Amino acid sequence: AMDTDLSSQDRKDLDKFIKFFALKTVQVIVQARLGEKISTRSSSSPTGSDWFNLAIKDIPEVTHEAKKALAGQLPAVGRSMCVEISLKTSEGDSMELEIWCLEMNEKCDKEIKVSYTVYNRLSLLLKSLLAITRVTPAYRLSRKQGHEYVILYRIYFGEVQLSGLGEGFQTVRVGTVGTPVGTITLSCAYRINLAFMSTRQFERTPPIMGIIIDHFVDRPYPSSSPMHPCNYRAGEDNGAVYPSVEDSQEVCTTSFSTSPPSQCVFTVTKAHFQTPPPVVTDTLKVPVMGLAFSHQLSSSRLSYQPAALGVGSADMGYPVLFAGGLNAAHPHQLIGPGKEGGIPPVPSQPAHGTQADQERMCTPLDGVHYSAATPSSSEDTETVSNSSEGKCGSPHDLLETIFIRKVGAFVNKPINQVTMANLDIPFAMFAPKNVELEDNDPMVNPPESPEMESPLQGSLHSEGSSGSSTGNTHDDFVMIDFKPAFSKDDILPMDLGTFYREFQNPPQLSSLSIDIGAQSMAEDLDSLPEKLAVHEKNVKEFDAFVETLQ
Amino acid sequence: PLSSRCCAPSSTAPAMNCRAEVLEVSVEGRQVEEAMLAVLHTILLHRSTGKFHYKKEGTYSIGTVGTQDVDCDFIDFAYVRVSSEELDRALRKAVGEFKDALRGSGSDGMGQISLEFYQKKKSRWPFSDECIPWELWTIKVNVVNLANEQERQICREKVGEKLCEKIINIVEVMNRHEYLPKMPTQSEVDNVFDTSLKDVQPYLYKISYQITDSLGTSVTTTMRRLIKDTLAL
Repeated sequence: AMDTDLSSQDRKDLDKFIKFFALKTVQVIVQARLGEKISTRSSSSPTGSDWFNLAIKDIPEVTHEAKKALAGQLPAVGRSMCVEISLKTSEGDSMELEIWCLEMNEKCDKEIKVSYTVYNRLSLLLKSLLAITRVTPAYRLSRKQGHEYVILYRIYFGEVQLSGLGEGFQTVRVGTVGTPVGTITLSCAYRINLAFMSTRQFERTPPIMGIIIDHFVDRPYPSSSPMHPCNYRAGEDNGAVYPSVEDSQEVCTTSFSTSPPSQCVFTVTKAHFQTPPPVVTDTLKVPVMGLAFSHQLSSSRLSYQPAALGVGSADMGYPVLFAGGLNAAHPHQLIGPGKEGGIPPVPSQPAHGTQADQERMCTPLDGVHYSAATPSSSEDTETVSNSSEGKCGSPHDLLETIFIRKVGAFVNKPINQVTMANLDIPFAMFAPKNVELEDNDPMVNPPESPEMESPLQGSLHSEGSSGSSTGNTHDDFVMIDFKPAFSKDDILPMDLGTFYREFQNPPQLSSLSIDIGAQSMAEDLDSLPEKLAVHEKNVKEFDAFVETLQ
Repeated sequence: PLSSRCCAPSSTAPAMNCRAEVLEVSVEGRQVEEAMLAVLHTILLHRSTGKFHYKKEGTYSIGTVGTQDVDCDFIDFAYVRVSSEELDRALRKAVGEFKDALRGSGSDGMGQISLEFYQKKKSRWPFSDECIPWELWTIKVNVVNLANEQERQICREKVGEKLCEKIINIVEVMNRHEYLPKMPTQSEVDNVFDTSLKDVQPYLYKISYQITDSLGTSVTTTMRRLIKDTLAL
């Protein structure tokens, strides 16, 4: 006796529960990695739209991505829904932090009441998920994101892939719920070794800023469906970003009966909610030339990058993505080149594989700006099914700053100051800041004389005395976690640690630069004979003075 | 750190198993409140539902429970609690009393706070209603004194990590799906749930605490011994 024991109504209800449970699971996980505190209100009167009697907001993009990944399927044996959380630095290095897995196994509980016990247990499981998402290491990392790195999410459906978590990853089980068709299990595998500066095991991926890379690598997951091109026009006021997002949401109005307990009156009504059209909150200045990209099922792009030059004549629009409606989170990155030309060097051809692409940003609306990146793509074809960022020339070809956004709570640096890493070390910014070039070390090269020092040192700082403060190689190593004692200040948004990081690389003193240094030395040398002559003239006075001292 | 056993509460009550869970934490004095609140709120998150609204024919619908993140000031830790100011106030009051008692004289910094979920069983007159516990959480606290700021900084992190473990332990227990009181009819709802709050509905619970004196015995035992000794003279 298989599913015949389960009435068709129960089966329908169960499928619905599992579907919405999966969607809510994704919401909870992604919202827990946005980097901000989540708060929802309790409501004593049931509104009918809060699944599992919990107030969990629905971020439209996230729902969209989850639905895309699921493609109408439900978690089943061998087909798990996974939410991958990864970290990406401003240099483009990325690393998987966690994989949350919603799986189904074959162990069935035939006796359990679907619309009553299963529903309540799914609710309990969501509460457990709320609690557990705050206790894995990625939570604290995600709360500090925005400045040097961001947290991304990716949803996929199929086989669980844990290999990106490094060795020794740990697993925490959130919980299980038995159902007549199988047991739902929710767990999280997370990386424990976050000291990643020592190993070079991470792929070089294009920088985070609005990656619109959709490299069509063969997905290992058989369930991925064909890719679809998406064309968006920039500048549309009412850019229907997700035309496929349903207007109506299924509403779950549950009524439970207590007399007798076996009778459950369960109604599901379809209410029509107008998902608010995505609101373009900032104006976007982009050229008409756009970028073609396509979405894979398991990908979603929440960030936007205007580096689309040289793509070709294909009629493409910008994949401008805006989160609409909610205040809670608009998980996309906004980018623009910094005023000082603080643009990271154009990365080499990315060798990234599946991990690089289709990443979602888990950052709140008040995102951080990074300089525009110019991820060059190995492909530069016009075919619709290929994405190409185009070969980008110098960073100066890039567009002007596009968005001015309110800087978020965790961001302390002004927009146009971006730490540039000159050294080619992944996660260089996380390495301990103890690197000093030998030439700077006075023990190795003792300064011969004050005048001789400046040109020597000046030559090491090739940027000269301009305002560019980022020529210093010390920028490559930025402490990420620096908690000085007594450093909290509720008045200023900046704590001592941030202050220290901010100002630890002050710009070069102009007097130490080559030009001025050389200039002054030349002047000094020229004036030497004169000075000597004067001193010689007054030698008798000096001798007399010395006599008085003895 | 998590042990589980069953106890039979009262001799007149039907033999009902009450599962008991014990958690232990070592914290600095100023971390007591936040650590206790984190644990209690996490438990109550799992043991609270939305408000029940009974309709005709014995059906009921359930309100919505909101949640919010709480950051700790003295611990590198954050937790989720139910969005209910009334519930938060009630827990803070209990935890505040516990903290004061821990600080008071006769205490060596050791004590425990208990969160008990119970059902009320109405008895016929002249007997009063019985409270039958079905789940008992005990949090044993050991207050440590630290010498300098560096130690305090380490303590912030360590206690944060420990609390993460406790949350995982709590969730494990919740996931066992062991005994929960039957969903009550409208007339019985106050025997199972605390319906006094306006926005959420936790199971009936009570919080109590005990302070251990420096001899390692609880204060009540010491008093008893003193009185006995006095009478023996």
